[in-house]
Amino acid sequence: MNESTITRHNTLIDPALHIWGWEIPVYLFMGGLVAGIMIIAGYFTFKGQYKHNYFSSFYLPHVSLILLSGGMFALFLDLEYKIHVWRLYTTFQITSPMSWGAWILLFIYPALWLNSLVRIPQTFQGRIPLFDKLSVRINANPRAIKFIGVFNMLLGTLLGIYTGVLLSSFASRPLWNSSMLWMLFLVSGLSSAAAFVHLITTDKYERVLLAKADNSFLTLELFVFGGFITGMLTSTRVHVEAIMFILAGPYAPAFWVFVIGMGVVIPLFLQLLAVNKKIMHTPVAPIMVIAGGLILRFVIVYAGQVSHWTKLSVLK
Amino acid sequence: MARYGMVIDTTKCVGCMDCVVACKTENGTPEGFNRDWINYVVSGEFPTLNMEIRSERCNHCDNPPCVDSCPTGASHVHDVGKVVLVDDKLCIGCKACIAACPYDARYIHPEGYADKCTFCIHRVEQGLDPACVSVCPTRCMYFGDLDDPNSQVSKLLNSRKNHTLIPDAGTKPRVYYLT
Repeated sequence: MNESTITRHNTLIDPALHIWGWEIPVYLFMGGLVAGIMIIAGYFTFKGQYKHNYFSSFYLPHVSLILLSGGMFALFLDLEYKIHVWRLYTTFQITSPMSWGAWILLFIYPALWLNSLVRIPQTFQGRIPLFDKLSVRINANPRAIKFIGVFNMLLGTLLGIYTGVLLSSFASRPLWNSSMLWMLFLVSGLSSAAAFVHLITTDKYERVLLAKADNSFLTLELFVFGGFITGMLTSTRVHVEAIMFILAGPYAPAFWVFVIGMGVVIPLFLQLLAVNKKIMHTPVAPIMVIAGGLILRFVIVYAGQVSHWTKLSVLK
Repeated sequence: MARYGMVIDTTKCVGCMDCVVACKTENGTPEGFNRDWINYVVSGEFPTLNMEIRSERCNHCDNPPCVDSCPTGASHVHDVGKVVLVDDKLCIGCKACIAACPYDARYIHPEGYADKCTFCIHRVEQGLDPACVSVCPTRCMYFGDLDDPNSQVSKLLNSRKNHTLIPDAGTKPRVYYLT
């Protein structure tokens, strides 16, 4: 028998840690989604797809700016000392992933803005002369456009990795302490972004292209899930206990039904049928993928907070 | 430079919570929060049970993950005694330090910043013991420089069987428990 009776009852800490509510999963999801969109939009820009008016690269950077700002606002809402938020930019703490993220985000906005200047939407043309001038200059230099595409892909990858590293750096929370988490969040971000473009695009060619890409990302995601779970199950006792929270514990229904089932397996099946022209392309599969990506962040953030170097370890 | 640490004799501690009350009084800890607490740990199989009563707090680790995770430098290692402190003027309340601490020793102060045990550094700098140590009725708590081989804490650690909390986490805690 091992029994621990503790007199402490600090809010948000006891009986189990719950310092991060809905804001952080939403922030991580938005960050991952924007990371995926940046990679896809950057690739389209690099390949010159922006020349076609109907193509999604025409408006993806603008949508990303809105999504990223929404994610940042969610993060801001989570801060307990909001008026001190500017302190993030008075220092750079090399050991803190959150500090890295804050500074990476400073580069994300200009990258998205530059990509949006490659093609200014018709409704905004002529409204801000400086933007029009910059757009003309960028379009006069094809190498600059290719650079913007690569710059967006690179920063998108960094952003996607960051969303996972932020959690995996917390060694005290065994569920998060996995070297696979950054890859899981990056691939999940890519699949959510592909689903998002699949959902909003009006072009048939693009819809099929993104559905095929999403199928690849979802298949890869299943392998990454396998690696993540295997890594935890073959690690220390506390890591095994932590992964059991989502495999067979209180978070198992959400994980198996909404993340794996409705978020990966079923949409993959539907999109494989659609790509092979067995069924029509519908918004159902992409919506399931996006919802699955969001619920994944909720499950990982919530279950990770509960996971702990248990009292059994304390006794040793 | 000193490296302050604490040694607590669990064979003397009766769990009276004087240390908890002293801490709250000395530091004005807000209602509903504690910088230190008592943990009653029972282990073994009946009838060979063992109870260890521990006064717990921030472990002021030599390898503090809270300091590493802080994005603004608010959590830092103080020059005096290498005590881990929080500068409330720099803290943004992101709670990364709370997630990083395997001992759950931190909380968010109602004013918005992360708060925790300071080893009563304001008293220590005046040559006094931390409030919890000074009020202990069984004298089971000892405070001093772990790097000084002649300090009472060093002598106790050299002569008595002891352990730290969650050593596997790799944080190198500086609160020791004599058994």
